[in-house]
Amino acid sequence: MASHVSSPGSTAAGGGTTATTWLLRVLVVGYLVMLVVWPTAYLLRHTFTHGFESLQGVLQDPDVTHALTLTGQVAVAAVVINLVFGMVVSLLLVRYDFPGKRVLSWLIDLPLSASPVVVGLALLLVYSPIYGWFGPTLRNNGIEVIFAKPGIIMATCFVALPLIIREIVPVLEELGDDQEQAARSLGANGWQTFWRITLPGIRWAVAYGVVLSLARSLGEFGAVKVVSGNVKGQTETATKVVERTYQSQDLDASYAVAFMLVFAAVVCLVVVALLRTRDEKEKA
Amino acid sequence: MIWFSLLVLIPLAAVVVKASGGGWSTFEHVLTNASTFRALRFTLVMAVIATVLNTVMGTVIAWVLVRDRFPGKGLLDLVIDIPFALPTIVAGLVMLSLYGPGSPLGVNVYGTKPGVFLAIAFVTLPFVVRTVQPVLEALETDAEEAAASLGASRFTTLRRIVLPSLTPAIFAGASLSFARAISEYGSVVLLSGNRAGTAVASTRTYSYIEGGNTAAAAAIAVVLLVVALLAIIVLDVLQRRMARHG
Repeated sequence: MASHVSSPGSTAAGGGTTATTWLLRVLVVGYLVMLVVWPTAYLLRHTFTHGFESLQGVLQDPDVTHALTLTGQVAVAAVVINLVFGMVVSLLLVRYDFPGKRVLSWLIDLPLSASPVVVGLALLLVYSPIYGWFGPTLRNNGIEVIFAKPGIIMATCFVALPLIIREIVPVLEELGDDQEQAARSLGANGWQTFWRITLPGIRWAVAYGVVLSLARSLGEFGAVKVVSGNVKGQTETATKVVERTYQSQDLDASYAVAFMLVFAAVVCLVVVALLRTRDEKEKA
Repeated sequence: MIWFSLLVLIPLAAVVVKASGGGWSTFEHVLTNASTFRALRFTLVMAVIATVLNTVMGTVIAWVLVRDRFPGKGLLDLVIDIPFALPTIVAGLVMLSLYGPGSPLGVNVYGTKPGVFLAIAFVTLPFVVRTVQPVLEALETDAEEAAASLGASRFTTLRRIVLPSLTPAIFAGASLSFARAISEYGSVVLLSGNRAGTAVASTRTYSYIEGGNTAAAAAIAVVLLVVALLAIIVLDVLQRRMARHG
């Protein structure tokens, strides 16, 4: 890491006179305020126009509470699955060489830039009970994927897939495998090496990855909308409630549920920021 | 590996198979459909404008965050991440609360093209900032000082010294923004208000799925997937180049 703090001299060399500095500041702050800060603040104002009434109101609606519980359950399940899978794939990508490794790495990144609707469609084409490749067989064995919880969890896993891997891979690369080899030469088995050596080294990366995935999983909309069937009170998630209530002009409810999602997202952001500072302190 | 296949590989293969099932004619039929074509063109135009805007603004923001110091800068740094963290549907609602019906600014972008543009600009804001920022932090100021002391104007220093080292990072961020802008759905869905003129590629795909025409949906999906994959490959190549140059 090079020095973060540029000396006043370097600012003058690179940034210029106070006039340009101020111009840039105003431009940046203005852009961010108009695009992010003000709209977000306005959402909060809308939510609390009548104090806590609208929040209490939505929490008494059984459909909304069901959606919130469902979202929570799905997010936790998706994060756990992605955590296990993410660690295995990261180790695979960093510690082993095999043909097609680069292609695998591209495919893992794909969910980040693929449209959520496309993700939903892909799952639908394979698991739909009517025309999917595996769907009819699964249904005959009593397993419902699409329009049920497993489908929602799969869609959420898909979109949040790269987040944990992208955090762990660079740290694993930086760590190297000297210590792991040492442990193994001293007679530790693979499992012991992982628990005692690898995991402590990557624990902060894992922690960010988990928080980022959780934020993404709670807020997934497009992919889930396609596969869930959106049955009110059954397979409707929190983000879908926001859309439905907005479209039926129930703005108070829409803003209230959105506020809860924003709150969860901001908590995740703050946790990530705290973890980062802690990590940097530890490294220093 | 089985899980990855079940979750990602087989479903994606299914999309490609479905789209190519009807041969080239499905593609041709879908892509020449007037409203689909309009949606794709609109998506492309919006994505390009939003990417260019956020590439310029993102670079400037990264510059201010790294080189300038003023009270409240830490908060600004946190604000950048908000569009990442907010659920997309909430991002749409957030834009509507200030720029939608009953806006205190006296504008109403609900169901208009500028509305869709706002949503896309909002969600793609962090990418360039977050790719340029670390590179700028690592950049030594020696070369800039040397250039300045040799009589280069600030503009020349910026153009000849700073920008060249930032270029790969800027392009990496831009390709991420572009991929995101092309595929955006959640934030657009509220703002576009289900009007024909403001449909984007994703909403168009959704309408096809809803209408049961999965072959047509798959055809658009393949186009979107190819663009997404290209963006990733460009990114990967750029990152390798950056790593090589240190």
